[in-house]
Amino acid sequence: MFAFRGVDYMEIDSLFSDEEKLVRQTVREFVDREVLPHIEEWNREGKFPRHLVPIMAELGFYGANLHGYGCAGLNNVQYGLIMQELERGDSGLRSFVSVQGALVMYPILEYGSEEQKNRWLPALQQGKAIGCFGLTEPDFGSNPAGMRTRAVKDGQHYVINGEKAWITSGSIADVALIWCRTDDGIRGFLVERGTPGFTARDIKGKWSLRASVTSTLALQEVRVPACAMLPGAQGLKAPLRCLTQARYGIGWGAIGAAMACYNEALEYAKARKQFDDRPIASHQMVQEKLADMITEITKAQLLALQVGRLKDRGRADFAHVSMLKRNNVKMALDIARAARDILGANGVADEYPIFRHMCNLESVYTYEGTHNIHTLIIGERVTGIPAYK
Amino acid sequence: MKIAVCLKQVPSRDSVLRLNRAGTWIEEVDISYEINEPDTYALEEALMLKEKHGGEVVVCSLGPARTQQAIKEALAKGADRALHFDDPAFQGLDAWATARVLAQGLAKEEPDLVVTGLQSDDFGFAQTGVILAELLGLPHSTIIMEVQVTGRALKVKRELESGWFQWIEIPLPAVLTIQSGINKPRYATLKGIMAAKNKPIQRLGAADLGLDAAALVPRQKITRVYVPAKRAQTEFFAGTPKEIATKLVDKLKNEARVL
Ligand SMILES: Cc1cc2nc3c(=O)[nH]c(=O)nc-3n(C[C@H](O)[C@H](O)[C@H](O)COP(=O)(O)OP(=O)(O)OC[C@H]3O[C@@H](n4cnc5c(N)ncnc54)[C@H](O)[C@@H]3O)c2cc1C
Repeated sequence: MFAFRGVDYMEIDSLFSDEEKLVRQTVREFVDREVLPHIEEWNREGKFPRHLVPIMAELGFYGANLHGYGCAGLNNVQYGLIMQELERGDSGLRSFVSVQGALVMYPILEYGSEEQKNRWLPALQQGKAIGCFGLTEPDFGSNPAGMRTRAVKDGQHYVINGEKAWITSGSIADVALIWCRTDDGIRGFLVERGTPGFTARDIKGKWSLRASVTSTLALQEVRVPACAMLPGAQGLKAPLRCLTQARYGIGWGAIGAAMACYNEALEYAKARKQFDDRPIASHQMVQEKLADMITEITKAQLLALQVGRLKDRGRADFAHVSMLKRNNVKMALDIARAARDILGANGVADEYPIFRHMCNLESVYTYEGTHNIHTLIIGERVTGIPAYK
Repeated sequence: MKIAVCLKQVPSRDSVLRLNRAGTWIEEVDISYEINEPDTYALEEALMLKEKHGGEVVVCSLGPARTQQAIKEALAKGADRALHFDDPAFQGLDAWATARVLAQGLAKEEPDLVVTGLQSDDFGFAQTGVILAELLGLPHSTIIMEVQVTGRALKVKRELESGWFQWIEIPLPAVLTIQSGINKPRYATLKGIMAAKNKPIQRLGAADLGLDAAALVPRQKITRVYVPAKRAQTEFFAGTPKEIATKLVDKLKNEARVL
């Protein structure tokens, strides 16, 4: 693996403030020191690096763009740079932080009662509690509106029945935000670990995000008090708004994975010699790949930065975020594949990070709205015609 | 204890460097900068001393506007406030003139302790801290590996040659130049970065310090910077494996100086 020097073809750094660059530096150092020396081993063993949870908490990574309850209160570009640097390490680690901040802390802050906020936000921010977000079901992925998990009111309680699938951090979570169908539409419930009838089983045999826990959650006659429901969240709009938060971070994260692959491919191409002792970087076909990669990364950086600045002004909406997620994840996946090719046989070995990134990005391409779904969101925005069905 | 940390912003270690046209220094426009590595250890030592003994950490840095980034990093890590010496007259100073400015700025502060890195990664003179001590009229000690506070004095461990160390006692106030690797510099936490926004950075120019640009004319000038010419020279050793190994070790030790 080659040292990482940052990727900046077009003085993009000049668009960041000192504070933005400092945030990036902290996360970059953290990833260099704590993640990269061990990530291939964790990935091979399918192990989530749990010991990093408190370290990341202390540095302020969870809910970093939220305000209050001990959160760092960063702007959205700083938050994006955290995601970029984490995913330069590993998409699985970034997924953990995305879920904790954007899919658990954000909805509690946005839709929760005072009691729920006080109970959970400081604990989640400090890494003393881990959260997960249960929307997807075995039969409903791209179309969550069809969900079958149901919460039925019974006096001062709700009784939940159903199953959630592909839930990041599911089995290690202390609190699960479970989205359920109720008599008054879709609502979110905070279900605590250990509640009778609530069980989690890990999905083994993933070829992707191996350093992240993914679980199936079963809810059988799970009784929760009525105060476990998020009072402010009603209808599918609520979980979708959470997803917009997380997708925004993913749009930045993908740049990190792409940078890692590009950096590796570039250094490798300069060092690897074939035919007449010439580096493979001296061949036009290799140069074309590298030129395409750096061009796409640069475009992705500008796109992410613009959405970030819009978001800071309260002007970013979900269709902007869809373009960011769709473009940047596809860009990263394409770059990972091209980088894999440049490394030849070494490209398939986990001595280099590329194949891991490539496999990880397959999940990133699918979760948080598949590439197709974001195509349809952009399509609807420009034509005014929904084409989901 | 009031501790002043003198730190310098230097080109990042991993920058791709090009020489300037005049061949007197590197091209500075498109490279990134960082805190001089030895200074990060000096800062960490100051922060740890403050945590243990209380007081204040004041960051001092001389450099152009971009230096604010380094200053903010130090504030984000826990320094309390900063003095930024910035003036067109402060450009291209040598170690003596730099120390002159720092001394002028620090005299009023009357710190109990001044720490600097052992040397800077760009010029590598290892002089600024020592001259600063002289100008402030304070005792100094260099290449410090460990610092212990004993009332109004310090016990410090110095690194000597060949794995030897020396413990000395030095009264306060004093100046120390810190060796790299003596502690584990902390990260700037995200909250620290946000908190640093509200910490004061005092910008001081030549006039504020009562310094005359004429008094800062460097006594030392870089006349030429160049990349050593590469010589591809292959040497074959003859003899028994044992003889070859002996010769090789000798060459690696005394010529290549890598052992
Ligand atoms: C590692 C991992 C972690 C995950 N973590 C979480 C989590 O924490 N919480 C959570 O709730 N979910 C999570 N998910 C689930 C993820 O969000 C879903 O997998 C995703 O929404 C897609 O749903 P699906 O897998 O059911 O695919 P499907 O919806 O069945 O889609 C399959 C294919 O059909 C295409 N398709 C579907 N409908 C259309 C259409 N109308 N037009 C065109 N094409 C269409 C899709 O684009 C895709 O190519 C995770 C998934 C993975 C892989």
